[in-house]
Amino acid sequence: MSLAAPGAPTRDGPLRRLSDLFMRRPRLFLALLLTPPLLWLGVAYLGSLAALLAQSFFSIDEFSGLIVREFTLKTYGELLQPANFDIIVRTVVMAALVTLFGGVIAFPIAYFAARYARGRVKALFYLLIMLPLWSSYLVRVYAWKLILAKEGVITYIADHTGTRGLLDAWLSLPVVGGPSLSISYTGTFLVFLYLWLPFMILPIQASLERVPRSLIEAAGDLGADARKTFSTVIFPLALPGIVAGSIFTFALTLGDYITPQIVGSSTLFLGQAVYTQQGVAGNIPLAAAFSVVPIVIMGIYLTVAKRMGAFDAL
Amino acid sequence: MTTPSTIPAVRFRAVARHFGEVRAVDSVDLDIAEGEFFAMLGPSGSGKTTCLRLIAGFEQPSAGTIEIFGEHAEGVPPYRRNVNTVFQDYALFPHMSVAENVAYALMVRGVGKAERLAKANEMLALVKLANFGARKPAQLSGGQRQRVALARALINHPKVLLLDEPLGALDLKLREQMQVELKTLQRSLGITFVFVTHDQGEALSMADRVAVFNAGRIVQVGRPEEVYERPATRFVADFVGGSNVIEPEAATRLRLPAGAWSIRPEKITLSATGNGPLGRVESLQYQGAQRRYVVAVGPDRLSVVTAAGTTAFTPGASVHVDWPADAPTRLEG
Amino acid sequence: MPSRPPLSVTLAAAAGLLFLHLPLAFIFLYALTTEEKSYQFPPPGFTLKWFAVAWDRPDIWQALGLSLRVASVATALAIVLGTLAAAAMARYRFFGREAVSLLITLPIALPGIVTGIALRAALNLADIPFSFWTIVIGHATFCIVVVYNNAVARLRRTQGSLIEASMDLGADGFQTFRHVVLPQLGTALLAGGMLAFALSFDEVIVTTFTAGQQQTLPIWMFSELIRPRQRPVTNVVAVMVIAVTLIPILAAYYLTRDGEAVEGASK
Repeated sequence: MSLAAPGAPTRDGPLRRLSDLFMRRPRLFLALLLTPPLLWLGVAYLGSLAALLAQSFFSIDEFSGLIVREFTLKTYGELLQPANFDIIVRTVVMAALVTLFGGVIAFPIAYFAARYARGRVKALFYLLIMLPLWSSYLVRVYAWKLILAKEGVITYIADHTGTRGLLDAWLSLPVVGGPSLSISYTGTFLVFLYLWLPFMILPIQASLERVPRSLIEAAGDLGADARKTFSTVIFPLALPGIVAGSIFTFALTLGDYITPQIVGSSTLFLGQAVYTQQGVAGNIPLAAAFSVVPIVIMGIYLTVAKRMGAFDAL
Repeated sequence: MTTPSTIPAVRFRAVARHFGEVRAVDSVDLDIAEGEFFAMLGPSGSGKTTCLRLIAGFEQPSAGTIEIFGEHAEGVPPYRRNVNTVFQDYALFPHMSVAENVAYALMVRGVGKAERLAKANEMLALVKLANFGARKPAQLSGGQRQRVALARALINHPKVLLLDEPLGALDLKLREQMQVELKTLQRSLGITFVFVTHDQGEALSMADRVAVFNAGRIVQVGRPEEVYERPATRFVADFVGGSNVIEPEAATRLRLPAGAWSIRPEKITLSATGNGPLGRVESLQYQGAQRRYVVAVGPDRLSVVTAAGTTAFTPGASVHVDWPADAPTRLEG
Repeated sequence: MPSRPPLSVTLAAAAGLLFLHLPLAFIFLYALTTEEKSYQFPPPGFTLKWFAVAWDRPDIWQALGLSLRVASVATALAIVLGTLAAAAMARYRFFGREAVSLLITLPIALPGIVTGIALRAALNLADIPFSFWTIVIGHATFCIVVVYNNAVARLRRTQGSLIEASMDLGADGFQTFRHVVLPQLGTALLAGGMLAFALSFDEVIVTTFTAGQQQTLPIWMFSELIRPRQRPVTNVVAVMVIAVTLIPILAAYYLTRDGEAVEGASK
């Protein structure tokens, strides 16, 4: 076309002609952009998930230990056996507790960061919350093995503050107790709480940031005291953030198999069950069926959360 | 109007642009003459900006043909059109200096660095920003950014310069100053300017011709005086300058021939002893250089603007409303 | 409402932050202890000798080398794929767009163990032996979303009219990408790449399923935690892992801090 600028050498290289083609056929360009990531995620990743799902409908021959590639629901039936079902219940209860306590600890931090922190303090807050989110997961679990060890710092503090009796009394309790904190559900719980706390703080903070200051002032203006303002204005508005945070804490606890292995009693959690079934036991179908459990639980959880508007707070 | 012998700078024939169900532009015919300062005026969503983007090549018509200096423009990408745009948000590249911004069109054409920066400085001098080349766009005021955008769009000597609400973000005083400067610049360069605005005052004061847009169509094209004095439709009468639209049933009451009419408020005179219909002053607004009345004539309300220095009437006063014989304009439809 | 925080809120926030950060201090402390067999507190004595011991261990060097190589390749792949996906999602509206967005997020939305065992199941079915590349495939899969999130956030903040302005001034699509889009996107891609690197360097959950007999540094550490040999050496490695991941994370933070949160969750 001679619409080009006068006197300008129009460099009509192959790239420019290719660009012409893309301008005329934007859909072709879009397809080219999307093909590589979709090939990777759609074929390699979704394919893998499909393979996993397929395996969960296979079963294992009890005598030969070989996988029988025939459709059956037998493997899912095995999940309902008491030993396996216990694992699921134990994990869900743990996830629920971690989520609940995570919310309680996270809220003041998020509230402070959203309402009171300004300028440099706010930047520092953000950094302090974000850093552990990205930094070494394994090292952070390991730190607690040091702290919770029988000869570690907790015992030392208990000894020197005269609370050793209290600690021993807690450890002698059924279920939550154990030979030491690092070999008990209490320990596992503390580590989960520590690990997933930032995932709870950030969405709550995000939802609190969106509460207009004038709204809180209006509540105070209309005669609500601090407690009433919190329960009638701030908390309901922060709820989507809390639900969003709980998605993370819940999902992450359900799928973790490293933490309970390093800090915890010898009973299994869901993630460990998957790991052991596929590894030592070689029962891939059962491992696959086990791993479908967190997917289903999270599917239900996400559906409910979506109804509560949690995705707006992400 | 264009003379048939010359090729128009921009020609639209039955051009439509649909976005799904939305008809942003719906069958527009248009001829813009070379060297003309052409304004597209209309409320937001009336299709004027889409028309501008069709000329620039950011949009392709769903139907119809667009010619730029006689050449078909459908399918020609923006970078192959000798048409440049001043964007509403200026769209200056934030990572480049002002001079690099202005020289951008030369850089992508492969002009050497020294040459293109010298040319950029010339353009900056033209828009009175001679010493600002080294700054970043973020270090400039709104008015200065606007001038940079102008210099950047002009460096290629486009055959048509498109301006998308270029003065919208400026304050009143700066806007008036820029109106004069843009007009002067356009005269001296002789480039066709196509100017999109929703501000009727801006369109009337700057343009050689105005196209009034409504609902994806052009409802009237003409010189500013024509559009203002002889609005073709109720919409134009009301949108451009404000007017008394007199419906057919009110026409006889106001001693007008049958039909719908428009009378501009400043064409109406008020007097205690006139020949026109008698009314009563309902309200008066003092506005410095003028007074604005609402006068009730029977069941009808007329808006009247009188110059300062003429006799003032107080609310409640009885007045005769008169207008010159050529003041009422018959409205279509 | 008062503009100064109530004391109770301040104390609770401070205690929460302390809970979040204090534990890592013990890693540093125990890297210096003279006690080898237990986690005795307070340490009976302090020494720097474990750093020397760790320095001389070839297995650590090997694991470190593998981790660095995996993280580099996975990050490079994630930058390419994440940028392509971000460009498509930020500029176009198309059928199935929501599904693509979900697909990109899925690898971090699902528990790591699901991704891990799914990849292993697929590798088994396809008879692909474990190798360097099987680790990379796993890592790139969950790193894409990190780069993608950063790039999409930046593209959304960038004025759409900049691209039009560039084309208007005569630049074709490729020139526009080089002179306008890439400079705008640059720091976001760098930040996303650094986070992806940190994430990959530190990953253990998926890696267990795709590594076979090879040991990345986290896998090496994990096995040391289950069956400790020289505990202080593990501590030294832990200190090193903190250092190696901290630097890119901080860099990413400073690259994107102007009003743009570093998006995406880890694990």
